[in-house]
Amino acid sequence: MKVQNKSFRLAWVGLAAAALVILVLPPVLPPFYVSLITLALIYGLVATSLDILIGYTMMPSLGHGAYFALGAYTAAIMNTKLAAGFWATLPVSILIAGCFAAVLGLVAMRAAGVYFLMITLAAAMCVWGLVDQWVDFTGGENGMSGITRIGFGLDLNGTLSFHYFTSAFYIVCVGLIYLIIKSPFGRTLVGIRDSASRMQVLGYNVWLHKYMAFIIAAMFAGMGGCLYAYFNKFVGPDDADLAQCMEFFLMVSMGGQGTLIGPNIGAFIIVFLKNLASIYTDRWVMILAAIYILAARFAPKGILGLPEQLREKKKAEAGK
Amino acid sequence: MNGKNMNNGQNALFCQKLTKAFGGLEAVKDVDFRVTHGERRAIIGPNGAGKTTFFSLINGQHPVTSGSIELLGQDVTKLPAHKRAALGLGRTFQITNLFPTQTVIDNLVISAMGLMGTKFSMLKPLSSYRPLYSKAEEALKSVGLLERDSVLIKNLSYGEQRQVEIAMALISRPKVLLLDEPTAGLSPAESHMMSEIIKGLDPSITILIIEHDMDVALSVADYITVLHEGRVFMEGSADEVRGNTRVQEIYFGEE
Ligand SMILES: Nc1ncnc2c1ncn2[C@@H]1O[C@H](COP(=O)(O)OP(=O)(O)O)[C@@H](O)[C@H]1O
Ligand SMILES: [Mg+2]
Repeated sequence: MKVQNKSFRLAWVGLAAAALVILVLPPVLPPFYVSLITLALIYGLVATSLDILIGYTMMPSLGHGAYFALGAYTAAIMNTKLAAGFWATLPVSILIAGCFAAVLGLVAMRAAGVYFLMITLAAAMCVWGLVDQWVDFTGGENGMSGITRIGFGLDLNGTLSFHYFTSAFYIVCVGLIYLIIKSPFGRTLVGIRDSASRMQVLGYNVWLHKYMAFIIAAMFAGMGGCLYAYFNKFVGPDDADLAQCMEFFLMVSMGGQGTLIGPNIGAFIIVFLKNLASIYTDRWVMILAAIYILAARFAPKGILGLPEQLREKKKAEAGK
Repeated sequence: MNGKNMNNGQNALFCQKLTKAFGGLEAVKDVDFRVTHGERRAIIGPNGAGKTTFFSLINGQHPVTSGSIELLGQDVTKLPAHKRAALGLGRTFQITNLFPTQTVIDNLVISAMGLMGTKFSMLKPLSSYRPLYSKAEEALKSVGLLERDSVLIKNLSYGEQRQVEIAMALISRPKVLLLDEPTAGLSPAESHMMSEIIKGLDPSITILIIEHDMDVALSVADYITVLHEGRVFMEGSADEVRGNTRVQEIYFGEE
């Protein structure tokens, strides 16, 4: 009971801190930092959707960058070639990311463990290859610039106004993911994570539930990608590459999988580290790898898993 | 197929020449097996006889190598496990198989949803589905675990976990129930309680029980099937099985 109260209070403190950073501080921060927060929210949404797979369904997908990139490129292409606005591109981004997952899922979900990782990663590399090579359509290596923030129903050309729009969008989407996890369907995913054989015996089509989760997660990542295109006004092959895929994965595992909150903390850390580190060095991938190893070594359950890890360690030492 | 003709509607379960090979090892071999509606059947046999594998064939967790299975008059040989569950087949596991990160009540709520459309709902928290929770509470009461409802499974005693195991299988009101060594590892007192729970079940449920403890087996079942090295060694009443000297050798002899 005591522990529960404590974590309850901690949750409120965390929520207040998040509200401070996301909603209260931006007007007094330099625009550069505001846009980093905006970017962290967009990545945070994608990482949260990936947590559905890594943390709740035991499908460690390395290919989440693919849906993000598909969503982003869909928006970029529609916006620059057809002058389509945000609310017109959003459903198409979601649909394309979802359809890609629907096809990929049929293949990837036949595999488990390392093979699942490899197939999802290979799929992401296909998307990367596509946007990198299909020059006429995607601009190839040069990417796509000239994306305009139209069709939002609001004037979002300012850094601050776009930030607040993103915040609202983020709160709704992450709230939806939270609701899905708490819903009967979300609880079935937890059941599958805990014991798939038991779920079968209870009458659950385990494959179907996982498949649905796979597609839903992709759709949210596609949403994040769509918003990203309007945020960055530019998309390029870097948004689909291996490092991007690894970053999403790392956000989840570093922040704490199966927590929904953790991946958002992970997103903030990665975004700020990356952009501040790039002032001093261009070896971001090496730093990323180092963080990855350190996180896996010292906080296998992520930052949000640290209290539990310490408690268990204390218990083990007391037992000796 | 002549399976339909041979099954005269009395059978809850009807297996013909059921065989399961794991690589070169035939864990279940040419098993013909028939259980009528409402029957209580014990399955005994030494360790490794193929009892658990036999259950996994019946409920569809393992595909058969050859042979056929008819459940409640329907050929289910190729039906996936969850569809057999939907027909009214429940099972428990020899090695406790629960949702360890969830509370007792949530284990039962997830179980209760298994055959309901609710399992696909996404836009309301599960905790708002009150009828599911009352159903879960009722199931907990029937195994005497109501006051433990908000404890995490991993913090329950082993005996309590075995009780949850049964409650989860019962909550969707199965017509045929497979119990795999429900008393394994229990103290004599807990074991007694468990057999009382089983004896108290609705008599219309057809029950197959794998049981190592002969006293428990005989107190809940009318008829016994002895498996040995994957084959049906003999079938008979308690007295017939006890009186058979070769059963004594392969089964009682080892204890
Ligand atoms: N999944 C499996 N893969 C390979 N061999 C198995 C598997 N399950 C059971 N076996 C083997 O099949 C035989 C029967 O096992 P089992 O059905 O568990 O026996 P029982 O329940 O009667 O003790 C054993 O030799 C066991 O090692
Ligand atoms: Mg067994």
